Amino acid sequence: MTDQATTPAAPSTPSREAPARATWAGGYAVPAASLALAVVVLVAWQYLPPLFGVPKYIIPRVSELAAEFVRMWQNENLLTHFISTASMSILGFILGGLLGAISGYALGLLPTWEKVLSPYILALQIAPKVAFAPLFILWFGYNAWPKLIVTILVVFFPILVNVLQAMRVMDRDMINLARAYNMSRSKIFWKIMVPFSMPNLLAGLRIGATLAVIGITVGELVGGEIGLGYLISFGQGQANTAMVFDAIILLTIIGIVMYWAVTSIETRVLHYVPRALDAPPTANP
Amino acid sequence: MTEASNVLKLEDVARRFPNRTPGAPPFTAVRNLSFGVNQGEFVSIVGPSGCGKSTLLNLVAGLDRPSEGTVSLHGVEVSGPNSSVGFMLQKDLLLPWRTVLHNVEFGLEARNLSAAERRERAMRELKRCRLTEFADRYPYQISGGQRQRAALARTLAIEPDVVLLDEPFSALDAQTKLVLQKSFAETIVGSGLTTLLITHDLSEAVAMSDRILVMSDGPGRIVEEIDVGLPDRDNPIARVATPRASEIVAHLFHALHIEDRLDA
Repeated sequence: MTDQATTPAAPSTPSREAPARATWAGGYAVPAASLALAVVVLVAWQYLPPLFGVPKYIIPRVSELAAEFVRMWQNENLLTHFISTASMSILGFILGGLLGAISGYALGLLPTWEKVLSPYILALQIAPKVAFAPLFILWFGYNAWPKLIVTILVVFFPILVNVLQAMRVMDRDMINLARAYNMSRSKIFWKIMVPFSMPNLLAGLRIGATLAVIGITVGELVGGEIGLGYLISFGQGQANTAMVFDAIILLTIIGIVMYWAVTSIETRVLHYVPRALDAPPTANP
Repeated sequence: MTEASNVLKLEDVARRFPNRTPGAPPFTAVRNLSFGVNQGEFVSIVGPSGCGKSTLLNLVAGLDRPSEGTVSLHGVEVSGPNSSVGFMLQKDLLLPWRTVLHNVEFGLEARNLSAAERRERAMRELKRCRLTEFADRYPYQISGGQRQRAALARTLAIEPDVVLLDEPFSALDAQTKLVLQKSFAETIVGSGLTTLLITHDLSEAVAMSDRILVMSDGPGRIVEEIDVGLPDRDNPIARVATPRASEIVAHLFHALHIEDRLDA
């Protein structure tokens, strides 16, 4: 921290002293290697299975996946299924995230309730939420509710637990400082507790974004006539392995886009957290 | 010391906490505390760790109430947090998600001030603490000494009558500490603030204050009062160099029985 004082410009220009070779290695070499690896894997996937005599209903070739994709787009209403799964994932993620965050802050502010409820929260957190899907179908029927509720449950807990954790480790001295300034409880909540918990909330949302796709997929697998999960179960019935693979790829893409969206929000919101390049890691615990 | 000029006054204050083991007598943190701090005076409290210095600070800041006796400011009993006391700890407690400027404005946000007024007062204090050029930096982008100065600017921005400093220099390296003590001393003399400094650093107490109160532990009470009687309160570095300063430090050293202690 003290050496930063002598070079106050350091945080904004971290790479100033870095030699050109290091910049190239950091800037291009790593993504280039990743891309090369992808090409190698795809080529191997295309040519190795036939070479070893693996039939296409076990592992379809890359070209067959592409052909099946076109067929699904033309004949199976792929776009409708894709949009259904994507929108339900996002909706479930938003609802689960909101509920998780609100419950986390509420329990953080009410420590007695937190103590009373903590064994049940732990039990529910451990219980495999996706296993409830058939139950919800029994209760609500073959509509959007079962998969939505499963997704909300799956997303809810990591966010609740993360927010609660932040509320538990809150710096008491910061709260006392605000109290000494005669700040009202609601101002203390909005000006200290919420920003303080932001890194945890966003970490929880990051986990929740990937789990949302799992929740929706299980819901669609168990019951329903729409969505990529339904296409997986339909493809399995037809022994159409390429269809299953294509649906899995699209599900992964939905998950990646959601994760990426949360991460980009995170870097914007948490711009004040020193990154590894900007400052020594000891500067801010 | 006349009664009327006391800005801060403690009368026979005691603070007891319930014991953790049921049935055991309550734990007494401080007792028989009586002292006053005059307008514009700088008073230091020194004492061993665990002598109830932090309890004392919380009582004056209004974050805690005494079990016995009264704490009063300008003759009015302290019954809760109030805006005429500013306090600063060893930790700078700057909010990491706010810029230095917005951190200095933080204390003013509890009041009915316009945004422009807040900005103006914050900028004035930043200038006084020589941080104007760092106004838009985030806390992680400035040094430990600058952070502590920013915390002082935040404390001064609410225009308190009394400033409580709880070991504000103890987390800093030796050189930064000296520079910052000088900077604080200048700022405090310049604004005529009444100050109560809690410290374990004997030469810091001598360098900065008009008067030193020596506390003992188990339970905390004041055992000695020393009038420093040195000029140049705005220049602690020059003050420490005087023979009188060394005398007082040596005296405090004995008063606190530091040589006799076996465990730290």
